[in-house]
Amino acid sequence: MSDRASQTTAQAKRPIQLFRNLSAKIASVPMILTALVVFVGGTAWTVTHSFTSSRLLPKLDFVGFDQYERLWNTRRWMISIENLAIYGICSLILTLLIGFTLAALLDRKIRFENTFRTIFLYPFALSFVVTGLAWQWILNPDFGLQEVVRGWGWESFAFDPLNNSEIVIFGILIAGIWQGSGLIMCIMLAGLRGIDEDIWKAARVDGIGTVKTYVRIIIPMMRPVFITALVLIASGIIKLYDLVVAQTNGGPGISSEVPAKYVIEYMFRAQNLGQGFAASTMMLVSVIVILIPWAYLEFGGRKRG
Amino acid sequence: MADATVNSAAEPRGPKPRRAFSSRNIMLYGTLLLVSVYYLLPLYVMIVTSLKGMPEIRLGNVFSPPMEITFQPWVKAWAEACTGINCDGLSRGFWNSVQILVPSVILSIAIASVNGYALSHWKFKGSEVFFTILIIGAFIPYQTMLYPIVILLREIGLMGDLGGLVLVHTVFGMPILTLLFRNYFTSIPEELFKAARVDGAGFWGIYFRIMLPMALPIFVVAMILQVTGIWNDFLFGVIYTKPETYPMTVQLNNIVNSVQGVKEYNVNMAATLLTGLVPLVIYFASGKLFVRGIAAGAVKG
Repeated sequence: MSDRASQTTAQAKRPIQLFRNLSAKIASVPMILTALVVFVGGTAWTVTHSFTSSRLLPKLDFVGFDQYERLWNTRRWMISIENLAIYGICSLILTLLIGFTLAALLDRKIRFENTFRTIFLYPFALSFVVTGLAWQWILNPDFGLQEVVRGWGWESFAFDPLNNSEIVIFGILIAGIWQGSGLIMCIMLAGLRGIDEDIWKAARVDGIGTVKTYVRIIIPMMRPVFITALVLIASGIIKLYDLVVAQTNGGPGISSEVPAKYVIEYMFRAQNLGQGFAASTMMLVSVIVILIPWAYLEFGGRKRG
Repeated sequence: MADATVNSAAEPRGPKPRRAFSSRNIMLYGTLLLVSVYYLLPLYVMIVTSLKGMPEIRLGNVFSPPMEITFQPWVKAWAEACTGINCDGLSRGFWNSVQILVPSVILSIAIASVNGYALSHWKFKGSEVFFTILIIGAFIPYQTMLYPIVILLREIGLMGDLGGLVLVHTVFGMPILTLLFRNYFTSIPEELFKAARVDGAGFWGIYFRIMLPMALPIFVVAMILQVTGIWNDFLFGVIYTKPETYPMTVQLNNIVNSVQGVKEYNVNMAATLLTGLVPLVIYFASGKLFVRGIAAGAVKG
């Protein structure tokens, strides 16, 4: 081990190099352990055990794709996937839209920019549990928003997402966007600030309107920022768990279940480890499917260069 | 075109000043104010609800300000609210969270800063490979690693212990923090590092005497990132601890979503605010640094 290390960097100064590199290596032991044991080892372990019939305890009794077959035949999993798809698509579009619009508004050289930015970003400092509980209270049908609007005279007003299995996921969406859009606004604002002032001048000289300049010139220029935002939102969507637990706990019934919750329920409550492993492997697969095209776009060209 | 550039050099930057009440401004500020209502509403409702008595809440308007301000819900949330059989309020979760937070933040930042330092100035064979694995690991859903970690913690006897949770936070904070420190240390000029080496300083000598003092701002950024992240964690808390060692977020969820007894919305909201208080204080106190922290966390690579 140490021999090989000394060979690589020994071109400059030979004798002390070995010792110095050794302390760098010793210092990196926690990182190496984390990378190999937890990240690689843990993931491989879970994927392997997803092909077994483990129930209460993990055991290596391989049953092929049985767990996956059962998973995709479970109604609860299908509802989870459907919810995540609806939440994901809506949250992606709305967060990007709101984030960019707010950033563009703040970038119009307005007064109190800092105040507005502070207001839009503060929910991001709060946890999903706090977010979920706050919105659970606001959306409470007896005392919350619905009751208030009815009190204003609109007697037939009905907005009770948390007790209506058809629209419960949108109740969670409102809270999710409230918590996360400030971050995207911040990233977009940083991106807008990075755009050369002269572009705006040139557009004005050419008589292009503000909205058109944004759509035709600024947004295409901000492609990397949008990709970063996209990756951030997407990785957040897959993790969706605490918000659901706090706001609805999967209810009413199982109508607001999500995959991350499915995994944890099966692993730690239903004591059906195999199902949990299979479901978590599916989550991993979905991340890989999203991540590989992005990594290819981001780093594929650079490596060749 | 040439005319415009000449003018812009002499004049202040930005668009021409306009009248304060142009239709553009009314639209602009109107939209911003309207959106601000959506963002501020939950905070307002939480504060207002937590200061009302239950009879007043039952009269039914979440938006109306309290007629009679009472701090009883706050006292009850802190010291008397029940989770299961324990009726000593959120204070227990608060102290658990503090006990988790302090060592986790120190340990994760210490390890990650040394990692970042080694990765920027003391590269060894394979160091980049480990770093790449670490960064890819940041994208793996936690769910795929939850159970193997349970086994690991059980093996070393830390399952259900606060120490185990500290370890978990250190491990999962490592990718982003290492990246943060690596990028910062890489930007420190190579000459400075070489000069120190010529003077005979070793790995730790350079770290403690040169790198550490220069990197203080990035340490603050890392601290903000970790304190809010660890305080707000729910997933690891619920899995790797037991009821006596539940962190604040988990205990809060148990208090509010417990099915027994009469729902005391004012106590619930006071408890929710109490849990959100720590990150909120950090957010409002740190200002620009918080933004820098999340920007550093956001722009990977």
